[in-house]
Amino acid sequence: MLYAILCYNQEDVVCAWSKDEDDAVMEKLAVVQERLTREGRLGPVARLMPTTAATTLRKDRDPPLVLDGPFAETKEQLLGFYVVDCDSLDGALEVAKDLGKANPGGSYEIRPISLFFPGEAGA
Amino acid sequence: MTDLAWIEGAVVAARPQAMAALLRYFRDMDAAEEAFQDACLRALKAWPKNGPPRDPTAWLIMVGRNAAIDAVRKTSRNAPLPPEELLSDLEDAEAEAAERLDGSHYRDDVLRLLFICCHPDLPATQQIALALRIVSGLTVREIARAFLVGEAAMEQRITRAKARIGAGDAPFEAPGPVERGQRLAAVAAMIYLVFNEGYSASGQAVEARGGLCDEAIRLARLLLRLFPAEPEMMGLTALLLLQHARAEARFAADGAAILLEDQDRSLWNRKMIGEGLALIDKAMLKRDPGPYQVQAAIAALHARAARPEDTDWRGVDQLYATLEIMQPSPVVTLNRAVATAKVRGPEAALAMIEPLGARLDGYFHYHGARGAFLLRAGRRDEARQAFDRAIALANTAAEAASIRVYLDRVSAEAEKTSRGA
Repeated sequence: MLYAILCYNQEDVVCAWSKDEDDAVMEKLAVVQERLTREGRLGPVARLMPTTAATTLRKDRDPPLVLDGPFAETKEQLLGFYVVDCDSLDGALEVAKDLGKANPGGSYEIRPISLFFPGEAGA
Repeated sequence: MTDLAWIEGAVVAARPQAMAALLRYFRDMDAAEEAFQDACLRALKAWPKNGPPRDPTAWLIMVGRNAAIDAVRKTSRNAPLPPEELLSDLEDAEAEAAERLDGSHYRDDVLRLLFICCHPDLPATQQIALALRIVSGLTVREIARAFLVGEAAMEQRITRAKARIGAGDAPFEAPGPVERGQRLAAVAAMIYLVFNEGYSASGQAVEARGGLCDEAIRLARLLLRLFPAEPEMMGLTALLLLQHARAEARFAADGAAILLEDQDRSLWNRKMIGEGLALIDKAMLKRDPGPYQVQAAIAALHARAARPEDTDWRGVDQLYATLEIMQPSPVVTLNRAVATAKVRGPEAALAMIEPLGARLDGYFHYHGARGAFLLRAGRRDEARQAFDRAIALANTAAEAASIRVYLDRVSAEAEKTSRGA
């Protein structure tokens, strides 16, 4: 079984880490990631940019509504995610709108990725 | 990360929101500060014992408020409130407070706190010092170090600034849309000033002031989280990130400034650049340009160029032309001329800056840029005169050194020509 591990933390605290503090945490994480990679168990890993870079597409209406900022509702739950290569936010919104036409209802939050390792588990 | 480090991080992160809410409650800066201090001390005792609260900001606001009320009651011999050890278990009360925090007036609280620091009666440096003390929570010692003054002098400066603004006449009613826009603009300008205090530092001051850039970015992100649809806040945050991304490459080991074109681009911080580019990309979709967005777009063109020769100078030139219309100033035109020289040659750039001579005659960078254009145009004698003038106007040893490099080039070229003749 593949499991997704979703990372939650206080963004303003993490963003305020100095480069040294950030590097130290990433280094400790890398040790765990390397072990999982050796065992062939690690899939994609992504570090997202802060929510200030987020855009939300509400696809519960037609046409869908583009909102600045992260997904903020608490009545809906995270059910899945995509990683798509796009030239710009506009391009990412186009993809999200196409997906939204196929599966209306709810929202997509579009967040640029700052760090990405494709990984190989389940490939 | 240790408990203590986590608590410190959480308290620092919570400070602007908590101070803003306490200020609305007490309508007095000193009372709000005291209440916040009190809450922090109690957090240090309570959190390691009971575990961190679900919402540290809400906890600090509630405990700070209650502590202040408690103090009043004690002096009036009334029954005290329950201690904060119990408070951590009051999930319902905490949830209620957290919900209130999400309310719309909460973002106006933070905006108000910052806006009070931008009081027009205060000179820019005092606005910055006040914001760093009250909003960011830097110690007087840290601020004094950044401004290269003694601690006592800075303490006095901040006390005076506080007395001057006397939060008593601060606007506590919710602002209308126009007023909110004006406050945002004033606060954005102040954040940019904080950043520039750090960014313009040179030599030994770089280390002391570098933190100001990080602090400005933190404040810009905070405002952007509160006002996520404001394109100029996206632009400001992007601009600060894109400029700060070059920090590691801006100075040589001996402290001399390194020009953008000569910087080792592998030292640029890719993470910050990525975030800055994402933000300016997002801002442009709003189709509501402003000066911060245009400046960020210029910085983005530099950041996107893997090598200096890959720079889209035509784009830079056009963006500066836009900025000239939005925010006409001789310094903007001078910056534009650098791009114009790349696109249309040094004579075109010289023609562009010639009319600025009267207004920028005492400006180091004007003569430095003019000398560089003249040198490229092959007008060596005039170039030498311009560089001499620039050296005379240099504010720092590093500035003078950067011009001497040009003067050496003038001499070398003159020698080459005389030998060839």
